[in-house]
Amino acid sequence: MNSLKTDVLIIGAGGAGLVAAIHAKEQGVSVKVLTKEYPTRSQTCMAQGGINAALGNVSEDSVENHIANTLKSAHGQADEEAIRFMCSEALETVAWLENIGVCFSRTEDGKIAQRRLGGASAPRACYAQDYTGLKILHTLYDKALSLGIDIENEKFLLELLEDTQGGVSGALMLDIRSGELQKYEANAVILASGGYSRIYDKNSTNSTASTGDGIAAALRVGAKLIDMEFVQFHPTALKKSSILISESARGEGGYLLNSKGERFTNELAPRDEVSRAIHEEMLKGEEIFLDIRHLGEDFIEEGLPQERKLAKLYEDVDPVHDLIPIKPVAHYTMGGIEVDNKSQTSVSGLFACGECANHRVHGANRLGGNSLLEIVVFGKEAGINAAKMAKKSTQLQEKRSIIEKIQGYTNEIDFYEKKQSLGDLLYTKVGIVRKKGELQEVLEEIKLLKSQLPSMGVSDSSKVYNTNLLEFIEFHNVLDVAEVVVRAALKRDKSCGAHFMEEV
Amino acid sequence: MKISVQKSDKLQEYSLELQSATLLEVLQHIKTHQDATLSFSSGCRSSVCGSCSMRVNEKEVLACSYKVQDGDKIEPLRNVEVIRDLVVDMDKAYDFNAKAKAWLSRISPEFSISQEDEKINELQSDCILCGSCYSACPVYSVNEEFLGPFALTRVWKYVSDKREGDTQTKIDTIQNNGVWDCTLCNECTVVCPQGISSKADIEKLRVKSTIAGYSDPSFSQSFGSFDGSPSF
Repeated sequence: MNSLKTDVLIIGAGGAGLVAAIHAKEQGVSVKVLTKEYPTRSQTCMAQGGINAALGNVSEDSVENHIANTLKSAHGQADEEAIRFMCSEALETVAWLENIGVCFSRTEDGKIAQRRLGGASAPRACYAQDYTGLKILHTLYDKALSLGIDIENEKFLLELLEDTQGGVSGALMLDIRSGELQKYEANAVILASGGYSRIYDKNSTNSTASTGDGIAAALRVGAKLIDMEFVQFHPTALKKSSILISESARGEGGYLLNSKGERFTNELAPRDEVSRAIHEEMLKGEEIFLDIRHLGEDFIEEGLPQERKLAKLYEDVDPVHDLIPIKPVAHYTMGGIEVDNKSQTSVSGLFACGECANHRVHGANRLGGNSLLEIVVFGKEAGINAAKMAKKSTQLQEKRSIIEKIQGYTNEIDFYEKKQSLGDLLYTKVGIVRKKGELQEVLEEIKLLKSQLPSMGVSDSSKVYNTNLLEFIEFHNVLDVAEVVVRAALKRDKSCGAHFMEEV
Repeated sequence: MKISVQKSDKLQEYSLELQSATLLEVLQHIKTHQDATLSFSSGCRSSVCGSCSMRVNEKEVLACSYKVQDGDKIEPLRNVEVIRDLVVDMDKAYDFNAKAKAWLSRISPEFSISQEDEKINELQSDCILCGSCYSACPVYSVNEEFLGPFALTRVWKYVSDKREGDTQTKIDTIQNNGVWDCTLCNECTVVCPQGISSKADIEKLRVKSTIAGYSDPSFSQSFGSFDGSPSF
């Protein structure tokens, strides 16, 4: 197999990957971006709230306040220096996005408009109408095209490839369309492959693609993962489909009600607290609803049109007249691959940015508006630092791919069923509230499932575009990542932020 | 309920018990319970990632926002190569974004954007690149190199942006296989899940082109040799 060579290889073409690509390319090195989807289809497009920067355009604000709010939300689990860097860079970052063409909403006096999200002491989130993530992502894509950056679509990461010195110098990819394996060689590899919320399967707001593939591959080459037990559960997702109903519905005055029609919590408390309050009610057998009827049709149509459309589509309710059935589901994963202040992982030659990385800026609970900020600030750092990696003469070590291994598997157990039942199990026992005994049970179940993998196999034998095979490989990654999450949760016996341990 | 899906080798019929489900939910159900070989793309499930566009009864839809009806016929997008079943290769279509130079070419040294300016291209920047317009466009049957509806909408987005300091290059770029090749049939507008009208954007680009001194080449061809004498 001939290998395709480039200076910097980036895996993932969402916001973080594209920012890294743009900045690496501007350093004058060759850049190749690989994605299992297409760039504009990544999770970044779903971000709604905004991107934080203490511009003070709407009311007084300061970088110090942004730092203080972020630190508080992190529950002592973040790195103050990293947060200080991110919050200080935020102003330049938003200016850069504005200069490449992002259509931010404006104030009456023509400044970038800002709104207040949970946990912020001032209106700090810059937004682009209803679609902040979408518009940032598409503009980054346009910018990447203008620089002639080479983006290859529908390539799936199987393994990171090590050189003879033990560092990472490439990747083994599956070309989804042809079914062929391809070897890519690079001076530096940047993982920008997204989070792992889909270990909870359908109990997540995320795209079906958020299966933690990059994190699992990093783990297999010995990269260190940290804070994996911290998973943010968003309080308001549609009950049947786990589709996100934006926090702005509560921010604008929406109520949470139980089956008796009673309010039971402060709707504006941080996400983890609201999710726990809902969880408690649900344990009592209550169904939970979001009530925005009192906001009126005009307001809902103007301020929450997406939400109205999705509630009608998935729950057959019209929020103007009906209660919206909701439940809290996995939304964002704070944990990830450990990186230093140069976005370098614990493995030489391997960098990481975006949700797969842990720059220690979110700690135990991420603040709304900080994830888009993180991907742009640290995507840049990853891109610049990876481009600086000195040229090295390396020889890639051969690696057996998972595809070969799977070929011998029999098809006795339905992995789709197991994937869903594992997701449900993680949701109930490694979710909003955790107990030591239950975590132990889940760990045993994961071990059992891993041992059963050879009896699962795939039933589609096509070489071309075999999503059955891809989903099975993703299930391997899900199991690897889920095991780390459960082990991390077991290690932290005290509650902290999004990780809540019930005292026995 | 029965639906039929145009797979790569044949039109396949499936029977289902699901009530009030989106097409994407139905396809996922089929894949995980009936036919693991069925191939389709999906992502966000909430109509922003543009992955699951396909055709139902010959009209482009997003599978995640379409409620399945008994007897529906599901097919892949047109004007693009089918890779397998409902999965199509969007590479060539997306390449038109680069060919049309759909980006901010040069930032104006000084700009200010008001709330009114923001509205000028707010709708165009809602595009999710699902390719529905591209599939519905009849021009591709006669000109495979047509820059196409979404790429031209993107060009209009930047041309109409006060930050763009080089609209001339943008207008120059869209003269060949561009704005004048559109038949203004409006099919793109009808199928857009975001309510964007590429046809209207192309018309606006035609006005800009005319101001820049360009004219409809088919018009100048027909009348290019006009010397005042009647041609009939």
